[in-house]
Amino acid sequence: MSVSQIIFYIVAAFILGMGILSVTTRKIFRSAIWLLFSLIGIAGLYFMLDVEFIAAVQIVVYVGGIVVLIIFSIFLTQQSGKEMPKAPMIRSIFAALAVVFGFALTYLLIYQYGFVTIDQPFDSTVARIGKSMLKTDQGGFSLPFEVVSILLLAAMIGCIVIALKVKPEEK
Amino acid sequence: MNEIPLSHILFVSTGLFFIGMYGLFTRRNMITMLMAIELMLNSVNINFVAFNKYLYPEKLDGIFFTIFIITIAAAEAAVAIAIVIHLYRNHKSIDVEDAAEMKW
Repeated sequence: MSVSQIIFYIVAAFILGMGILSVTTRKIFRSAIWLLFSLIGIAGLYFMLDVEFIAAVQIVVYVGGIVVLIIFSIFLTQQSGKEMPKAPMIRSIFAALAVVFGFALTYLLIYQYGFVTIDQPFDSTVARIGKSMLKTDQGGFSLPFEVVSILLLAAMIGCIVIALKVKPEEK
Repeated sequence: MNEIPLSHILFVSTGLFFIGMYGLFTRRNMITMLMAIELMLNSVNINFVAFNKYLYPEKLDGIFFTIFIITIAAAEAAVAIAIVIHLYRNHKSIDVEDAAEMKW
């Protein structure tokens, strides 16, 4: 077993452990912090898979954007030191059963499928990604790029409209 | 370079997806449910990148799907948090059981 394999298994265990802590802890602020560590672990996994651009985007958008947004919303809506109420026992038992059986079934399918992997260097430099993103002919992603930019504009305006609304009878 | 088997990476992403599903089933607080959804989206991203690298290394489609999923996840998180804050102003609670006004 080589060093990179050992590092991969450490990173994988880190991601899964932090994910489990994030969905089971009862303090909401700690849950957000465990989620942060899990996302950083996923960025490390992207580095190991040779996709540095995706790793950088993951850190910038998820760690720097979404988790900070979640922490702000926790501070605006909750007493973060208070423990959340425990889920009913029956619900956790059935959720755990569904998750375990679903995982077993899915992984059994993956394990038996036998993917034919191609051992060939994977070129994912930023230059190639950028050229392919703005190409308009076959194999280009120009149209989805524009559609996503319209979607971001719509989401931005929608957020402002939702968050600004004031009930007229209260004022 | 591909010395990690593909099925081991898929193990991580499958595990992460079902961890997120467990959180979505057991939590009743909107912000924690949103965090569970983020975990599930991330597991899908790992799948796309791993399939692109191992099965189609001459193409870039998986990378682009990952980029678009990250973009849409950011927009989705922003809209969801705007809704949560608006709901908190009206109901003083962000528990999904308390938001029953549209229930008939």
